[in-house]
Amino acid sequence: MFTDHHDRVFAFCFSMTGNRAEAEDSAQEVFVRAWRSLKDWEPDRIAALSERAWLHKIALNVVRNRVRAAAARPPLAASDGALAVMPAPGRGPESAVEAQWLATQVAGLPARQREAIVLVSIQGFPYAEAANLLDRPINTVKSDVHRGLLALRRTLEREEVLAG
Amino acid sequence: MSDVRLEELLRRLGGVHAPARFEERVLDRYWIMDTPLGPFYVAWNREGVSATYEERHGESEFRDWFEDRYERPLVRAKEEPSAAVLHRFDMRGVAPFQRLVLEKTRQIPRGEVRTYSWVAKEIEHPKAVRAVGTALATNPMPVLIPCHRVVRSDGVIGNYGAGGPPAKRKILTAEGVRVERLAELAAQGVRYLGSNTTHIFCMPTCHHGRRVSEAHTVLFHDEQEAYAGGYRPCKVCRPVAVA
Repeated sequence: MFTDHHDRVFAFCFSMTGNRAEAEDSAQEVFVRAWRSLKDWEPDRIAALSERAWLHKIALNVVRNRVRAAAARPPLAASDGALAVMPAPGRGPESAVEAQWLATQVAGLPARQREAIVLVSIQGFPYAEAANLLDRPINTVKSDVHRGLLALRRTLEREEVLAG
Repeated sequence: MSDVRLEELLRRLGGVHAPARFEERVLDRYWIMDTPLGPFYVAWNREGVSATYEERHGESEFRDWFEDRYERPLVRAKEEPSAAVLHRFDMRGVAPFQRLVLEKTRQIPRGEVRTYSWVAKEIEHPKAVRAVGTALATNPMPVLIPCHRVVRSDGVIGNYGAGGPPAKRKILTAEGVRVERLAELAAQGVRYLGSNTTHIFCMPTCHHGRRVSEAHTVLFHDEQEAYAGGYRPCKVCRPVAVA
């Protein structure tokens, strides 16, 4: 399960937090929690599990809890200097900077829009599945995605960093 | 900017890779290594070695013990650990007092031994001799953290988790300790060896003390006897707690 999903779980945490070190800590916590739960499960329950959705559900909780715990502490630096690399055939190192920048913008969205955008637009979940994970009506998720995309596009146009 | 372009960028953000060696943060891996006491499992992660365990007890016993103790998953490694890995230790799962004891024990050189009370004094808990014994008895990384180099001051070699006193004798002998001589001295009540040329006294296995020829060696039963003769403690093996 780890090998199959560790990149996706990391990508989720990175997009949610905009911070590579924080994403690494969160993703680690996700897998340790997942493993602790699975230890006590019956084999047929494990077989019936939709691993991807289940891990994202855990990741959502982990990130939410960590954000809550961090609220009392000074805010995270947007970038710790070490950048995650976004795979882009034919593109140079600028894609790492781009990924960091974009993740920072996503992380800066209001929580509801951010969660919806990350699950649907970034992680590619269908609306129905994202609504299920977020425990919100599907139309709410749709409008959160829509509003989030609008806000992101405005920021991107204003900054003209990724104009192309 | 078009929505299509933005959506493509977001999809690519979903394709970021976890950092290299991320796996080592989540999973501890294990391998079998040869030791003077036979094969041992050794587990490690990004912080260093997290556990060693006698192979003869069985692989599933090792995994169960590890996962119960640390509450982390453990997988078999694809290749053996690098030498550098074996010199670092992951002490995150070790209680603070035990950590002090284990860190101090790591400093005892190969070929030498110290006593439980020496460790207790060095970590500034001079009365906690029994607690030191307990901390060493539950050492999660035997052999690599040399708890076998801590013995009783009355010359009894003391107990050893991985195979009892015979195993302890065997590994100390393999490291160059003259176990019989040590026991003889202790049985006579000798705690320290001095040199009548330098007027320094040492623990019996200190590598400085061992260089002294037999003709120049003076035996002491306690530090008062050494001080009375005008001797001072060795600064390397620190037979008496540093003042």
